[in-house]
Amino acid sequence: MSKLTFSIGGIHPADSKIARERKIEVLPLPDRVYVSMFQHLGAMAKPVVAVGDAVKAGQIIAEPGGFISAYIHSPVSGTVRSIGPRKDLAGFMQMHIEIEVQGDEWAEGIDLTTDLVTSVPEDRDFILDRIKMNGVVGLGGATFPTHVKLNPPPGKVAECLILNGAECEPYLTSDYRILLERTDEIVVGAAIMQKVLGGCRCVIGIEENKPEAIAAVRASVARLGYPSMEVAVLKKRYPQGGEKQLIDAVMHRQVKSGGLPIDVGAVVQNVATSLAVYEAVQKNKPLVTNVLTVTGDVLAPDRQHNYLFRIGVPLSFIAQYAGGVPEDAVKIVSGGPMMGKAIANLDATTVKGSSSILYLGGKTSRKEEGPCIRCGRCADACPMGLEPFLLKSLYRAGDVPALEQNAAQDCIECGCCQYSCPSYIPLLDNIRMAKGQVMAVIRARNAKK
Amino acid sequence: MDKVIVSPSPHVHSPASTDRIMIDVIIALLPALLVSFFFYGWSQLLVLAVSCVSCVGLEWLIARFLFKRPAVFSCTSALVTGVLLAMNLPCTTPWWIVLIGALVAIGIAKMSFGGLGQNIFNPAITGRVFLLVSFPVQMTNWTMPANSFVSVDAVTGATPLGLIKEGLKAGQSIGDILAANGLEMSGLLRDIGGSSGEVSAIALLVGFCYLLVRKVVKPWIPLSIVATIALIAGVFHGIDPAHFTGIGFNLLTGGVMLGALFMATDYVTSPMSNWGGVIYGVGIGLIVMMIRYFGSYPEGMSFAILIMNCFVPLINRAFHQKKYGRA
Repeated sequence: MSKLTFSIGGIHPADSKIARERKIEVLPLPDRVYVSMFQHLGAMAKPVVAVGDAVKAGQIIAEPGGFISAYIHSPVSGTVRSIGPRKDLAGFMQMHIEIEVQGDEWAEGIDLTTDLVTSVPEDRDFILDRIKMNGVVGLGGATFPTHVKLNPPPGKVAECLILNGAECEPYLTSDYRILLERTDEIVVGAAIMQKVLGGCRCVIGIEENKPEAIAAVRASVARLGYPSMEVAVLKKRYPQGGEKQLIDAVMHRQVKSGGLPIDVGAVVQNVATSLAVYEAVQKNKPLVTNVLTVTGDVLAPDRQHNYLFRIGVPLSFIAQYAGGVPEDAVKIVSGGPMMGKAIANLDATTVKGSSSILYLGGKTSRKEEGPCIRCGRCADACPMGLEPFLLKSLYRAGDVPALEQNAAQDCIECGCCQYSCPSYIPLLDNIRMAKGQVMAVIRARNAKK
Repeated sequence: MDKVIVSPSPHVHSPASTDRIMIDVIIALLPALLVSFFFYGWSQLLVLAVSCVSCVGLEWLIARFLFKRPAVFSCTSALVTGVLLAMNLPCTTPWWIVLIGALVAIGIAKMSFGGLGQNIFNPAITGRVFLLVSFPVQMTNWTMPANSFVSVDAVTGATPLGLIKEGLKAGQSIGDILAANGLEMSGLLRDIGGSSGEVSAIALLVGFCYLLVRKVVKPWIPLSIVATIALIAGVFHGIDPAHFTGIGFNLLTGGVMLGALFMATDYVTSPMSNWGGVIYGVGIGLIVMMIRYFGSYPEGMSFAILIMNCFVPLINRAFHQKKYGRA
């Protein structure tokens, strides 16, 4: 089969997957962990433990705060020391539960063996319940609660489950490592989700620059023999792993503006989510671990690592364990260099969606803004077909109706425009603000209806 | 940790920069510059030097003393204008006329609109057209190409298009004019009397290919100009070869190659979208051929580009990107 890709825009940033050959190592336990109550999309979770309570690893310590929310489990065994606000990595105050680590005892009913369980449960409700109770959320970036996404509203039918193994962000290698080291579990996880979605077909999309992962997953799919499951080779192109772009690449369908993937029969899940689903359903193991890459252009190749960490371990602990912050790091990012968040506070904790600690140096992405020379590179790069140069001007002119007309709200904030601009115009900064204004107008209009 | 930068994503940037793009354009013009230097010698170099120094100098002075914002100054962009202006002038142009051309190009066409990125008209062409209508004698004193380092006496003469226009007025047929002046096709690719940048189509094409490879420009504008000119010339020449020049002649003479490859593709004064570029190119091709076949000027590339420059904002309004999920 020929290589698939999305049809509009896109860029080719340098790959920089320096940590790709580093096997996943288990990160040791720190003295204390800080578990955020806000590590998923939707309502904040509500603590169900009190200060002084003894907890075991995998025990529920917070319950969903609304329909779109998620359970949160203790990643360690120990004693709850405090419940209160603490700065997250951007510096915002969020509710956290602080747990002092004592030993490593796990809650009852969790299967900690590594034996592969390939038989998919028949009962759809049982599977959804396991996914929900074990706090699984999307690990591709948005951390949307998985049980909600796998339960389409009445009338909507899933035709294709797309497993996202694109990992199109430079530097990040955690998905690549689990595709190589946890291949079978990911494939079983996909089969479980296929079952929940009513037996739709499944396409596992992996970018062409990961031939080992493509071969491993193909072999696993053939060996395990689940029906209507295949691997699609994707072109190396950013943002190939964007949900809308991936649907376009694999199904040749486009989600309407303001619509959901399920409207075109698609459900997209990250490969790491598939692994979490496997552990939740087959092992009854809550989402308390994830894999994170410590990498960057100022970090020596032998100091780059992929760690299996307990969700709630402070970033500073991981940084120290990996040898400290490199001297010439100018920026520290959580996530990829295109869409990740710059870390203002390394004392912040890891959350379910944490995928990296990325040290960037020297070449800053920001310089003094020059005049727009109307080269059109931003418009050529935009995977949503927007005209960033125009949106920037409209935003600066304060013309919100024209911003809506020119689809500022469709921006997926991938950063292609700003990356491409030869005049270093902060296009995405402007469009983010514009998008906020347009969304406010749309919400107000919908509220009136 | 106390020295790290915190800013919104993206945290990396492509190697592209405005200066790099401008330098690429200058690199792409080097083959044609070398050829013109070979044919026209030191006088060509003098025009080039005066043009570049005055363009860069004027832009700096205006940014520094009129705008009072030195950031408006772009050395590389002014240099591109300087090189293009020089390539549009005969090598015999006196230095003070070149200076006036630079003043019009940078001062009026570019800086009075707000500097780089703001101008409606292509600065170098505006400068050239101003000089053409103000100093018609000096501006049409074309030196015939010859290896300037071998032959001592420079021969001046009219351009092929000028010869045709005069000949047709005198009632001669095209075939007679071409034969009388030794304008065989084989020579046109190599050397043509005209402004210094027009002498070698091959050198210009080589430079343009470099820009394509570097992804600085897209081919749609030049292709549509060339296709339109070829179509019109093909039809008219096919019907009446005695009064209308043919395809190859029209593509290789005058400023078509320089204009289509390097002037019409100027980012600031051409449409943003691919289809917009096609409309723009077709318009340029149509106007050039109307001027050449039916106008009083022998050549119309500069006018055609300037006229189509006016339509760019309208074209930009009409042609938008294809948006995702909004079919």
